[in-house]
Amino acid sequence: MAMTIHVDVVSAEELIFSGLAEFVVLPGEAGELGILPGHMPLMTRIKPGAVRVMLPDNKEELIFVAGGLLEVQPGLVTVLADTAIRGADLDQAKAMEAKKMAEEAMVNRGSAMDYARAQVELAEAIAQLAAIDRLRKQRH
Amino acid sequence: MAGSQEIRSKIKSVQNTRKITKAMEMVAASKMRKAQERMRAARPYSEKIRRLAANLSQANVTEYRHAFLGRTKAAVVQRVGLIVVTTDKGLCGGLNTNILRQAMNTMRQWETAGATDIRVTCIGNKGLGFMQRLGANVVSHITHLGDTPHLEKLIGPMKVMIDAFQAGELDEVHIAYTRFVNTMKQEPVIEPLLPLSGERLGTPERSWDYLYEPDAQTVIDELLVRYVEALIYQGVAENMASEQSARMVAMKAATDNAGSVIKELQLVYNKARQAAITKEISEIVGGAAAIAG
Repeated sequence: MAMTIHVDVVSAEELIFSGLAEFVVLPGEAGELGILPGHMPLMTRIKPGAVRVMLPDNKEELIFVAGGLLEVQPGLVTVLADTAIRGADLDQAKAMEAKKMAEEAMVNRGSAMDYARAQVELAEAIAQLAAIDRLRKQRH
Repeated sequence: MAGSQEIRSKIKSVQNTRKITKAMEMVAASKMRKAQERMRAARPYSEKIRRLAANLSQANVTEYRHAFLGRTKAAVVQRVGLIVVTTDKGLCGGLNTNILRQAMNTMRQWETAGATDIRVTCIGNKGLGFMQRLGANVVSHITHLGDTPHLEKLIGPMKVMIDAFQAGELDEVHIAYTRFVNTMKQEPVIEPLLPLSGERLGTPERSWDYLYEPDAQTVIDELLVRYVEALIYQGVAENMASEQSARMVAMKAATDNAGSVIKELQLVYNKARQAAITKEISEIVGGAAAIAG
């Protein structure tokens, strides 16, 4: 049997691929990367593109990733795939949008933290829950 | 017979309510299964990235030390960030109340301990409403996530908090969410998120000396930001599973309660009907006796 490496492709939302492979081709930031078993430890960013995994039975698995990070150890390749296309500008735009939304929401808020009122509100909710609980117990 | 008519319509309306709560219970049950699956599906990623971050935190101390790792704990924590994860919708028992109460108590403790700047990021409608009424400094929020927590939507609000920490505007960042223990049990927790603690990362199995492309700093930056995001995502996913199971339990209780209310009303109705019949018979008998006499 030919030499193999363990390949894991995971994203924050799911495990995409996990298994043995003879050879992996990835879209590295500095260009296409081909990883064979015994590759030296490497860590790099990958670009959006296709990850090609050559399986031991001469089949090929194609996985599209929206970028991410790649970690290589001599017997292990881990692709931490992003779920969305990321970029400093894109992320920044999202953050700005979130900030703007928060600022708009802040316009009509009270001045100081009103712990007392919040406490009353919570106490009421808790009392209601307790009452419901009691009622339920009585009935059974 | 006006009384029995009223009771009948009351029974009808409770029956309709029961139908609705029953349906909501079943919907929540099926959503819960999916939410649990998603929670599990997110685990391999957070496990992998945790291991990687652990390797990195040990690997190149001399070369570059990231703000997430390198900072020493401040003696007096003055500026704190809190990410509060709640649900968008209600009708899920005491889930939001519990987490918000805990968040509020913690915030008050920080204030008494000398914190002057507390910033809040709200994930979920309920927490946002509460924090705004509380008058907290809400720096970012995201609502209407739906049933599937997409990381894409979370990036913006999270980045506001992470950036503030990286820029040194915050000493600590914590996350509050409801941890999913099992279907019957969910517990509100507040965990420290940043700076990354050594215990949380664990010790690496082996120290690797990586080759970095393009350079160590860029790669480590990206990795650690993603690690923090994965932790938050995990919290959101757990919170969603908790929400669905809490809702399922709450709706089951409501269905049971409606059932017993219907039973009681039915009893009252039968009694009223019986009383009316008895009254009618005694009237007839009385009338017949009067004619005979």
